[in-house]
Amino acid sequence: MATFKKKTKTNQEIPTASLPDIIFMLLIFFMVTTVLRENEVRVRTQLPKAEALTKIDQKRLVSYIWIGPEKLGDFKLGPTAVQIDDALIPDVTGIRTIMYRKLVEQPKLIVSLRVDESSEMGIVQDVEHELREGGTLRINYSTKRLVN
Amino acid sequence: MKKKPRRMSEIPTSSMADIAFLLLIFFLVTTVIDVDTGIGMVLPPPLDEEQNPPPVLERNMLKILVNEQGQLLMEDKPASVDMVKEEVKKHVLNMGADPNYSDSPTKALISIKNARQTPYRAYIAVLDRTWMAYFEIWDSEARKLGYTDYKTYVDALAPEATNEIRKKFPAAISIAEPDPQ
Repeated sequence: MATFKKKTKTNQEIPTASLPDIIFMLLIFFMVTTVLRENEVRVRTQLPKAEALTKIDQKRLVSYIWIGPEKLGDFKLGPTAVQIDDALIPDVTGIRTIMYRKLVEQPKLIVSLRVDESSEMGIVQDVEHELREGGTLRINYSTKRLVN
Repeated sequence: MKKKPRRMSEIPTSSMADIAFLLLIFFLVTTVIDVDTGIGMVLPPPLDEEQNPPPVLERNMLKILVNEQGQLLMEDKPASVDMVKEEVKKHVLNMGADPNYSDSPTKALISIKNARQTPYRAYIAVLDRTWMAYFEIWDSEARKLGYTDYKTYVDALAPEATNEIRKKFPAAISIAEPDPQ
């Protein structure tokens, strides 16, 4: 009995010529969406979790204030410190001028408070008081989504 | 005369994919796609020294006190965090029925007061429950108007139109300054 071997003429290889293009498309997507970290955070901010969240869509309106125990290296933590942009703020009363200047540049400024969950309210209230004096009234307590 | 051998004038493209892959991996690793989420608040403008805060009728204010241990006192009675949401809803939706709660939703005020040593997470927990109460009130109001939830109502609003639900149930949450020690 003769065996028939069906010969197929179709090419079984996947065309790889367009592979670089696909990769480039992905690359461009990630390049566009990437925001390189602007400043190094020198305080630990473990954010609390909450349910009633709102999103801030316009990132350019946001200015951050970090409040939390200072990172000292070797996983050691110092006393609670306040950081704006790249610098720790030794005197809280200086915040009003910093924030006022930011407000002049961006009148719709939103201040995002990234506060470590173990911080005490005293320092947060001091910062809020300064924000009121500086006129930056829109704030946002940065929190993570609570997952049940 | 011997003709010069023709040079290959094409760039080898076989390694192009690899180069692109490397770049792709770099950007994949460095990308942070997180939208900032948080609890939005608007601080009151600074008060003048001699100016007193506007008077609020006692019944319209739901006082929540958070102490140093994160324990709550709601209307001078000990309470737990889980009770906050129901109490706020009861207070806001009272419509003048119970004399201990608010006159009307527009007059209702939630006052949260902390001690200086109150842990931040306790404060956020209370604030979160308060906002959740309002979110649920807004959601049920939107359902009465025929929307699936409050978010679809807001999305359906014209840009200049007033948010009627928000106008009827303004979330008046006040963060009281702590007593000087």
